[in-house]
Amino acid sequence: MSFLTLTDVAKSFGDLQAVADVNLSVEKGEFVSLLGPSGCGKTTTLQMIAGFVETTRGRITLDGRDITHTKPNQRGLGIVFQSYALFPHMSVAQNVGFGLEMRGIDKAERNERVREALALVRLDTLAHRFPRELSGGQRQRVAIARAIVIAPPVLLLDEPMSNLDAKLREDMQFELRSIQRKIGTTTIMVTHDQSEALSISDRVVVMEAGRITQIDTPYRAYERPENHFVSQFIGKANMLPGTIVARDGDAIRIDLGHDVAETGHTAQLPQKERVVKIGDAVTLCIRPEKLRLCAPGAGRLPATVTSRFFLGSQWLYRVDSKLGEVMVCCQNEGTEPLAEGAAVGVDWNSDAIRFVQREARHG
Amino acid sequence: MASTLPLGKEAGKKPGKEQGEDGHTHESDNGGSGPRDDSTRSTRRAPWQAFLPLWLMCAPAFLLFAALVLIPLAMTLVLSFYRFDPASGPIAAFQFGNYAEVLKSSYFHTIFLRTFGIAFLTTLLCVVIGTPEAYVLSRMRDPWRSLFLLVILAPLLVSVVVRAFGWSMLLNPNGLVNQAFALVGLGPYKLEYTTFAIVIALVHVMLPFMVIPVWTALQKLDPQTENAALSLMASPATTLRRIVLPQLTPGILSGSLMVFGLSASAFAIPGLLGGRRLKVAATAVYDEFLSSLNWPLGATIALLLLLANLIVMLTYYRLLERKYARSIG
Repeated sequence: MSFLTLTDVAKSFGDLQAVADVNLSVEKGEFVSLLGPSGCGKTTTLQMIAGFVETTRGRITLDGRDITHTKPNQRGLGIVFQSYALFPHMSVAQNVGFGLEMRGIDKAERNERVREALALVRLDTLAHRFPRELSGGQRQRVAIARAIVIAPPVLLLDEPMSNLDAKLREDMQFELRSIQRKIGTTTIMVTHDQSEALSISDRVVVMEAGRITQIDTPYRAYERPENHFVSQFIGKANMLPGTIVARDGDAIRIDLGHDVAETGHTAQLPQKERVVKIGDAVTLCIRPEKLRLCAPGAGRLPATVTSRFFLGSQWLYRVDSKLGEVMVCCQNEGTEPLAEGAAVGVDWNSDAIRFVQREARHG
Repeated sequence: MASTLPLGKEAGKKPGKEQGEDGHTHESDNGGSGPRDDSTRSTRRAPWQAFLPLWLMCAPAFLLFAALVLIPLAMTLVLSFYRFDPASGPIAAFQFGNYAEVLKSSYFHTIFLRTFGIAFLTTLLCVVIGTPEAYVLSRMRDPWRSLFLLVILAPLLVSVVVRAFGWSMLLNPNGLVNQAFALVGLGPYKLEYTTFAIVIALVHVMLPFMVIPVWTALQKLDPQTENAALSLMASPATTLRRIVLPQLTPGILSGSLMVFGLSASAFAIPGLLGGRRLKVAATAVYDEFLSSLNWPLGATIALLLLLANLIVMLTYYRLLERKYARSIG
């Protein structure tokens, strides 16, 4: 049995089904991200784990104990809120010590543990400041210290980085990850930022419209998206519609139209969808960095550069081909980039391709 | 009048000094101290002509204030030094006889003690009733919230005379309250013309002055702080006491200042519900001016009331404001 489990958990607000049939098992010490666009039910799921929202159905267990109907102030979880929710009338040290005080820990030990927690987030010199005298990043670290000082079984993070600017966010991601590694607390983070989820979690849980669509390691979620939504939501992807025209055992042949065909393997399909037959509509999904630009006439597809974007370490080209507009990402190797309007060839390796079932709305 | 004190801090800010001032921005790690930018310095050097439009804009309010408050106040001050002769009325003089009379007489001591006792009790009751009321109000959904806000504001919409007579009808020996007591075989009690009647009626009309500032403070409260306290294993009661209440303190503070000041100088309610014998400072002033025609003594009482009110309120303000200035501000 896993450390934290959600079994068939659902939540409705009136007629609105906010979360439906969520099944999730989190192992001890794991860092799991709930990832999805706003309104996908990820925050509601977190709030049900925290106890601020009652479940409509389903069961939540923590370390073998059923906590589905336990009051939030008896769960003892550490929570970092999106707004940080620091107590404005208390100093940093008082904020961090509050949870220990509520647990009846005596003053000497309390001070010692507050000092340790503040040292962990590198705020030991600001213990006597008040929240309004701190910067955004410092406030966030106070919130983290306040949540981890109580040594909670599970740490819940509700969009912890959304109020920070881009540079600080990146620093805090590394810092959060290293703190979590150091103390080994099981952590669940809600985020809508896919790069944040990919960079710091052990596993990502992709949610869409109240349901979980994929639970996987960041690498697998990126490399082997289970459906159209995941491949679009995590990273960039070129989506080319096609039809299966031949199947021989596990080998399949897909017609992309305009006399372009691609061979593949059923292993390149999502696990649930490997039973395909001739005539099935599929979408070919290939990441921009897995496409290569080569000399005109070479490669599989002739194309013209329509625009280019400089991303620092990379160049992102949009090229026009007979299959439509395609994104190609090239490493910046210090050579002159291709000009807009230049004729190129586009090439790729067949095993870099994934297929997903074509969805009706894209049909 | 004295009730505008808590607002005085904002209103007293010099115009044009605002740009560089709000130092509590989020990003400045090195505190907001030290020379900020040249905008503050250039403002300081600006010629007086630059402020002329601002002075002109303030002028109507200033003239009104001067004509209706400052000049009468100065005249009252001068009057308080006059000598009173029962045969010929006030005689111009400069002497402290009136002050000595008020400060020595136990009759006036009682009146002042009663005045501030009533004001204190009213303030206390308003805090005790108004704070939970505001909290409940902020938790209500909209059709109900607007309705109850109207109920709270209702006393302000009714003339003070009508309101006082309403209370008098409820509280008189044959009134509804005593009829209710009679049903269970109690009473009748003397409720009208008591300190109790004055306090009840004052609380009734002063409650909005407490509820509104506390409600404003509640709007600024991050509701997640309550959840944060719960998640740290605080009980709901502890959360209210340790997390919510301290954040409401600025609202309670300014509410109490308003209620105290208005109650201590209230005239109509104590006059109508306290009867002729139960005098407070404001009704005593009225009697000196209009019954005894001893204007100098009336002026003295009025000024002493103002002074005492100022001292009480400023002390209170200093004590609490200083405690919370740094954290909540």
